Amino acid sequence: MNLKKMLLSAVAAAVVATPLLAMPAAAQNEQFMPLLVYRTGPYAPSGIPLANGFVDYFELLNARDGGINGVKITWEECETNYNNDRGVECYERLKKQGPTGATAFNPYATGITYALIERATADKIPVFSMGYGRADATIGSVFPYVFTAPATYWAGADAIVQHIQKQEKGSLKGKKIALVYHDSAYGKEPIATLEALAKQEGYQLNLFPVAHPGLEQKATWLQIGRQLRPDWVIMWGWGVMNSTAIKEASAVGFPMNKFVGIWWSGSEADVRPAGAAAKGYMSASFTGVGAGAKVHSDIRDMVFAKGKGMGKDTFGEALYNRGIVNAAIMIEAVRTAQGKFGNKPLTGEQVQWGFENLNLTQEVIDKLGLTGLMSPIKLSCNDHEGGGSIVIQQWDGKQWNFISDFIKPRREMLTKMYEASAMQYAKEKGITPRDCSKM
Amino acid sequence: MFFSWPFFFEVLIGGLLAGVMYSLVALGFVLIFKASGVFNFAQGGMVLFAALTLVGLIELGVPAALAILLAMAAMVVLAYVVEKAVLRPLVNQPPIILFMATIGITFFIDGFGQTLWGSDVHTLDLGIPNTPLFFGDILVNSFDLVAAAVAGILVTVLAIFFQKTRIGRALRAVADDHQAAMSVGIPLRVIWVIVWSVAGLVALVAGIMWGSKLGVQFSLALIALKALPVLILGGFTSIPGAIIGGLMIGAGEKLAEVFIGPFLAGAIEDWFAYMLAMVVLLFRPQGLFGEKIIERV
Repeated sequence: MNLKKMLLSAVAAAVVATPLLAMPAAAQNEQFMPLLVYRTGPYAPSGIPLANGFVDYFELLNARDGGINGVKITWEECETNYNNDRGVECYERLKKQGPTGATAFNPYATGITYALIERATADKIPVFSMGYGRADATIGSVFPYVFTAPATYWAGADAIVQHIQKQEKGSLKGKKIALVYHDSAYGKEPIATLEALAKQEGYQLNLFPVAHPGLEQKATWLQIGRQLRPDWVIMWGWGVMNSTAIKEASAVGFPMNKFVGIWWSGSEADVRPAGAAAKGYMSASFTGVGAGAKVHSDIRDMVFAKGKGMGKDTFGEALYNRGIVNAAIMIEAVRTAQGKFGNKPLTGEQVQWGFENLNLTQEVIDKLGLTGLMSPIKLSCNDHEGGGSIVIQQWDGKQWNFISDFIKPRREMLTKMYEASAMQYAKEKGITPRDCSKM
Repeated sequence: MFFSWPFFFEVLIGGLLAGVMYSLVALGFVLIFKASGVFNFAQGGMVLFAALTLVGLIELGVPAALAILLAMAAMVVLAYVVEKAVLRPLVNQPPIILFMATIGITFFIDGFGQTLWGSDVHTLDLGIPNTPLFFGDILVNSFDLVAAAVAGILVTVLAIFFQKTRIGRALRAVADDHQAAMSVGIPLRVIWVIVWSVAGLVALVAGIMWGSKLGVQFSLALIALKALPVLILGGFTSIPGAIIGGLMIGAGEKLAEVFIGPFLAGAIEDWFAYMLAMVVLLFRPQGLFGEKIIERV
């Protein structure tokens, strides 16, 4: 047999053998978690710690608890590069993997979330857009497979305004607030809420869009810092836009303690490049800071100590912790669903039930070792946000520190806005909302 | 929003200084296009690679001055590899083939740089101040003044190199006519290595300045997008064109953003720069300072 024939035979044998080898694995007692990540490209500095948080938490649960009630967690990463079409490709590639298909998808991009909503709903797989995506998807009667816990952008905008109001001794009447935002669907999300609050609280809102990617913002900041001179600036930025904005704000002398970003403008990657200029800058967050929780020591002892895990370099960073919390909420939705369907691998449809019946009390959070990393949430058929709280953190030049208590967004007003928008969506798409009173 | 002349001049000066930063990137494109007729799509990637190498070495504990020298050496090695592995096999191919090859180089450099040094944001702090300075009522940022000084020094050094040195004269000869230059004994391949090396060094300077401003991260590769309208406006073959084009684009886009932007919902500066360049293109296809192409049939 010549070399060419030998190689062809080997390839043919491998092609035949691969599915056979894969069969025993597929038959195992495993819950498959698809991970849409961006470890490369312009948004990699944010994508890496997020993905690391997920992986390390899954590793911990397998090592410490043997998975979820004995069901081993498996996962596969798919690189989206923060790109919508790649995100859809990843979804299609991963949705049927594992013995029962994908548990739930965390798109980690508002654009990908929008692209997946209808597909995932048709496939009966939950989309968990934690702190991004469509705010009105909170209304579970219209969006049964989309979850927004613990807070939407609209809730984030309200919490930031509440914080500012508190700093201004309770009144925003006559104050000027500028919104600097990424000129995209994501960046425009808070505008309606901030406008509604402007009417209610009596402040003047000025809008400053920044074109993607936001490498150059001198004109924007000259307008803000030298012409408008607002009392406060709120930022809805992403990637390099954030650090550039902080530097430009500093260059025109705008004080950092009057500058608050949303949670995607509040990671280490956003402030470190700005150096000393970032000291005093604030951001909203719904996840804790630092590496002092019990889950961190467990990861150190049971994952890193065994040479496993991926997040040693990003350990305890804001986005690493967010990855942990995201993974934990997803796992607890599975655990909740196991209570009804049994301790076995579950389908996306079953996990959807788990999400809708998820009740993470402070006691449960403490038991999970997540104390200080998140606030309690309780989801239901119609409320997919779960009533999470938001905190304001401040960069001291080295690390983030909480400077406020957990703030409860004013959900009475927000729910009306969610419902109006969701019903409009239902009308446009011809969706008949579920009757949650019968669930 | 109000209008005042001091504010107008503040925006104008800020725009001119921002334009200098664009020129730093545009210069690298011009050097390679001038000497080889190749539009080097990889220039943005080279800026990223140079800055990543520099900051990576500094993070490994190498003193800043030595790290700069080592990063310069890395750019020379990169130039050599590009010439040997990509340009040499493609000699005498149409320009579009060489252009496509530089797209391939871009992806390779972006990926290789990140594999080597990681995809995280790296802070590059060389002590350049970033504080507002006031000249009367007009605010100017100290970082921008340093950047303008660096660009000025760089252009002076490049002008001396091109005008006063033997290699510089050989480069100009190659730029004027490849075949005539070869017929008098100028080695084209060596010249290509030299010109890619010089473009690499310019990329390092641009990488240092932009990296100090934004942090060293993948987005640095995207600054090539800011240099394109500068090249269209200034001409692909003119170093003064790159500088003046940068100043015009910088000032034009900032004034447009501040004084026209509010009437068009804002965020117009990026497309306005391209529109400005396009208008120039309509009247001077070779750019304001580019060489007029005359072909006889």
